Amino acid sequence: MIELLASHYTYVLAFVLLGLGIYMTIASENLVKKLIGVSLFQTAIFLFFISMAYIEGGSAPIVPHAENPGELMVASPLPQVIVLTAIVVGIALTAVGLALVIRIYAEYGTLREDTLREVRADE
Amino acid sequence: MSSAELLLPLLIAAPLLAATLPIVLGLWTDRTGWPIAAVTTTALFGAAVALASAVYTGTDAPITHELGGYPQTYGIQLVADQFSILIALLVTAVATGVLVYTRQGGPRGNTFYTAYLLLTGGLLGITLTGDVFNLFVFLEITSIATYALVASGDGPESAVAALKYLILGTMAASMYLIGVAFLLMATGTLNMIELATAIPAAERPTLIRAGFGFIAVGFATKVAQWPLHTWQPSAYQQAPDGVTPLIAALVSTASAYAFGRLIVTVFGVDYLTTMPNAATIVLTIGCVSVLAGTALAVIQTEVKRMLAYSSVSQFGLVIAAYGVVIAGSSETAFIGAAIHLIGHGLLKAGLFLGAALVARSYGARTVDEYAGLAKARPVVAGAMAVLLLSLVGVPPGVGFVGKWYIALGAVQSELWPVAAVIFLSTMLTLAYAARLLEKMYFTPPAALDWPRTREPVATDGGDTTVSIGMLAIVVIAAVGAVALGFAGGTIAGLLEPFLIEVFN
Repeated sequence: MIELLASHYTYVLAFVLLGLGIYMTIASENLVKKLIGVSLFQTAIFLFFISMAYIEGGSAPIVPHAENPGELMVASPLPQVIVLTAIVVGIALTAVGLALVIRIYAEYGTLREDTLREVRADE
Repeated sequence: MSSAELLLPLLIAAPLLAATLPIVLGLWTDRTGWPIAAVTTTALFGAAVALASAVYTGTDAPITHELGGYPQTYGIQLVADQFSILIALLVTAVATGVLVYTRQGGPRGNTFYTAYLLLTGGLLGITLTGDVFNLFVFLEITSIATYALVASGDGPESAVAALKYLILGTMAASMYLIGVAFLLMATGTLNMIELATAIPAAERPTLIRAGFGFIAVGFATKVAQWPLHTWQPSAYQQAPDGVTPLIAALVSTASAYAFGRLIVTVFGVDYLTTMPNAATIVLTIGCVSVLAGTALAVIQTEVKRMLAYSSVSQFGLVIAAYGVVIAGSSETAFIGAAIHLIGHGLLKAGLFLGAALVARSYGARTVDEYAGLAKARPVVAGAMAVLLLSLVGVPPGVGFVGKWYIALGAVQSELWPVAAVIFLSTMLTLAYAARLLEKMYFTPPAALDWPRTREPVATDGGDTTVSIGMLAIVVIAAVGAVALGFAGGTIAGLLEPFLIEVFN
């Protein structure tokens, strides 16, 4: 168990963050905090991808040295490309989400889900 | 490079590029959105038909295209085979058809058509991609466009519905992404065809199992399966009337298609059969949704909400069919799932268009308000009756053919509980469909307060005119539902080469 933690602590960290993110989304009554939770959840997945690509002693997968390319150890570039794309997607989603929150706040004057429920029930 | 192969990237790139035009042209004039969307979707439908004829009649199916010329090992591949082109046809046909309604029925404005075209492009991307990560990107493009469309409804309720949808939808897509991460970890590739050979050979099956678990949860949310369906009824109800047919017919359908594609092509039926609990989980999700969805639909008073819950149960049938495919390697159930995807898409597009039409011209939104509709609006009522009966599964409607194949597959695989659920669901579907039919045909309108003119709302400014085109599109959907019912055997025949490859 300790060995696993020592060698795979990035995975453990990623899944702890994942849990925090999903808990925040479910438990927080504040809509902005819910969105922060969603962002945290996504960031944890990015970390998971990055730690999967890591090789001990490997360098960044940019341009391999010209001499004996077979001996060079590089981290896998594919997960890094994926994370770049996923970050862009995540930003777009957060932007749309915040725009919706602004509209809800303008209409109802609250960011709390429980208050929102009461206001909507009254109407 | 053949001309059919070039159509593949064009089908995705054209709507995404055309989506920028309404905004750019909107700088000068405000009424350009509809013509651009109409020209684009019609051209897309034409392209999809051309591609379909190449796929179904040509010898070189499936048609594939490597984006940027990178080989499939690490590049992105687009694939048009017998299964994906069927969904592409549905997407382009419904996208073109719904435009006939929105021309007068609204919502208006150029930004609406930008989102409309983005959605179409995203859906075609989901349909045609051959790369599991690319699928995630298109899922999110589709979702973002859908959130924007739902939020464009009048009144603040639509923003709340859209935010709920956004949070759940993002979580679902992220779950799918975790699944992809596990697959990448176990196999080192993202291409669907490469994965199909790499997954059975993977050294660590635990990673694959975990990946399948996350993917199943992700798609169960995207397809709106009980108890993860909570975003769907409010999103369908609060979306503008012109948007709901498009979303209801296509967005969940594309996700369900993607799940089916992952099951049969990526994981492979043989592999999933040996995976412990995979069949049980998928079957349980599907069957529970069928029952819960219908039970919830029966107690609704709003027509749009009732139809939304009906979608939960109809997609439950599709997911249950996938379960039968896994559990019994049943080709028949897979044909049923494909036909039901197409049929349900068409039926729901028609029903929501009908509901929009009734709300616009008759002012009725709840089941009770539909009283006397058959006398006042005989054509819409007739078309909706045909669509509802087809949804129940009365032959020769398309709903019957899909359910028949799924039930037949369940019986052949000796999965008696599943077969029982399917027959029970037909009875329960009748319960809510009959409620609406009874109101439309047998309850006199005098039983309710009169007059029933709806108070004008912001988007259409109280405009209650109904054009011939709007009426025609609902009738076409109803006729199409019956015609497709007769075409069930033909669709099965078209899918045959794909099935031989998957189930050999």
